[in-house]
Amino acid sequence: MSDIILETRNLTKHYGGVHALQDANFVLRKGEHVAIMGDNGAGKSTFVRQITGVEQRTRGDIIFDGKPVNFSGPIDAREAGIETVFQTLALADDLDVPDNLFLGREITKWNFLGPFRLLDYRSMREATLAGLEKTAVKIPNIRNSIRNMSGGQRQCVAIARTATFHSKLTIMDEPTAALGVQETAQVENIIRTLKEAGEPLILVSHNMRQVFDLVDRVVVFRRGRICANLDIKNEDISGEDVVAYITGAKTQAGYEDAA
Amino acid sequence: MADQTSHGIGGLTYDKSKRAWPNEANVFIALVLIILIFEALGQILPYMNGQSMLFDFNTNRDGTILNIARIKIVILQVSIIGIIALGVTQVIISGGIDLSSGPLVGAAAMIVMSFAQTELVNGNPNPKAVFGPWSFDLPVIIPILVGLAFGALIGAINGTFIALTRIPPFIATLGMFLICRGIAQWWTKGQPVSFPTEQYAALGAGMMPVVWFVLLAAVFFVIMKFTVYGKHTYAIGSNEDAARMSGINVKRHKILVYMIAGMLAAFAAIVLSSKNLTAQAGMGQFYELYAIAMAVIGGVSLTGGRGSIVGTVLGAMVFGVIQSGFTFIKLDAFYQLMAMGAIIISAVVLDQWRQQRAAMRS
Repeated sequence: MSDIILETRNLTKHYGGVHALQDANFVLRKGEHVAIMGDNGAGKSTFVRQITGVEQRTRGDIIFDGKPVNFSGPIDAREAGIETVFQTLALADDLDVPDNLFLGREITKWNFLGPFRLLDYRSMREATLAGLEKTAVKIPNIRNSIRNMSGGQRQCVAIARTATFHSKLTIMDEPTAALGVQETAQVENIIRTLKEAGEPLILVSHNMRQVFDLVDRVVVFRRGRICANLDIKNEDISGEDVVAYITGAKTQAGYEDAA
Repeated sequence: MADQTSHGIGGLTYDKSKRAWPNEANVFIALVLIILIFEALGQILPYMNGQSMLFDFNTNRDGTILNIARIKIVILQVSIIGIIALGVTQVIISGGIDLSSGPLVGAAAMIVMSFAQTELVNGNPNPKAVFGPWSFDLPVIIPILVGLAFGALIGAINGTFIALTRIPPFIATLGMFLICRGIAQWWTKGQPVSFPTEQYAALGAGMMPVVWFVLLAAVFFVIMKFTVYGKHTYAIGSNEDAARMSGINVKRHKILVYMIAGMLAAFAAIVLSSKNLTAQAGMGQFYELYAIAMAVIGGVSLTGGRGSIVGTVLGAMVFGVIQSGFTFIKLDAFYQLMAMGAIIISAVVLDQWRQQRAAMRS
């Protein structure tokens, strides 16, 4: 049993003639937190969309948890254990916290009733509390509808899904892009909690400070290719170095064809 | 950091006191106020001679003070449209709208009645017979099943077009509005269908419409609040993309919602035609609008995601009290229509104003 949770080999996505992603070789180990950085249009989101099954790749392989996978959609990926926090929050405003956490995978009883099977509100509430406690997410009242919550609280609810469902891999696509300072701190705390719990994470972010605070490794995308794989925990790499890779001023040895 | 610890894990529990004031309570208060206003008008308006809408002081022979007869009329009046409103409520909560329910009542009544006819009327052959002898005196379950199947079919067509072609529900059901009116007239070339079997006539006799309304309201209250179907209906109306990303089969669910709405409208047609002992192509005129009005007055948000069966039942009562109240204070029918329109618009404006205030508070 290897300790690699996710690997992509020559992952490629073309939109017509546009090569949005070209031969991406990427490895994520168990318990590892990796940031994906790059300019707008560098292929970060395209990369995430291929892994999460939102789009179908042009070619290449995705090996998740030791097995090659072909997700037909995001639901497939989620069932396999990849939980994604999207840039646009996938929350239903008029429902409360447990309802949102369990949307589409409700705990039910009397299942013979088909679509009219009963919701097990109590179990869902208890699992929600456990999940929120695990991530140290603080929400005054989980029975309030999401509509009346702040952006940070909503983002926390979205993230708490991952903890509730014991996912094998969490992907966050710019989770703090729309948040204030304090709310960002709250989300970052959750990410640290995930790290302590040994849950692997792919973080797409533009925030250099955040990346250096939180993750072990930075993978830089440029014009659809990976151009650097930087071990920021162990090597002496500065923010300027990363910017140089992002802008194309520098290319790491071994990734010359991305230049 | 300090601020974050101020509401710690302890605050995570389910705290009833922090729950929002339910919208249904507002509708209930409005209902009581409207009743009081009509009571006051009965006392004030000179030509009413101090009459009351609810309290019958003149014929208080059997010791009861409440004007039971009038209350019965109010509830009976709203029951049949109320059954339609239960379905319309679900459609609106799911983010759609159903304009076809009124004409569906007409078409379903015509079709159902032709399967519920009796052979002999006062010893003579049924003068309004639609089919041959095989269709006479069928067990009552057959017209009921025919009606529900027809309602489900129309609803499924509505839902399928809305889910698969993504045309606006307004347009899809407006088209179905005309189609159903056409079916109602085509079925017997405009002739009314009459003389149902005794069994069929019993379905809508006396206070039976109220019984059906209360029963169905209770069933759908449970379904909307405690089942996966209800939860997904709210989720789709609240954020369709989120529902889809969460793995809900949005298309299939929408079709189901419109089918249930169609079946409820068809059932209303059964009760109505049974109560009237006849079916006419023009039956159910304006019912779609009245049903939508009941839901909206009851706090169902036209943008989807918000509202409840309890709200719609209360909305139906408000609707009934206002309608019979206008008659009671001898307001002419055309003024009644204008006032109803104004009330519906006010209900929506009030709801939006309330939502904005709630958003600002938080």
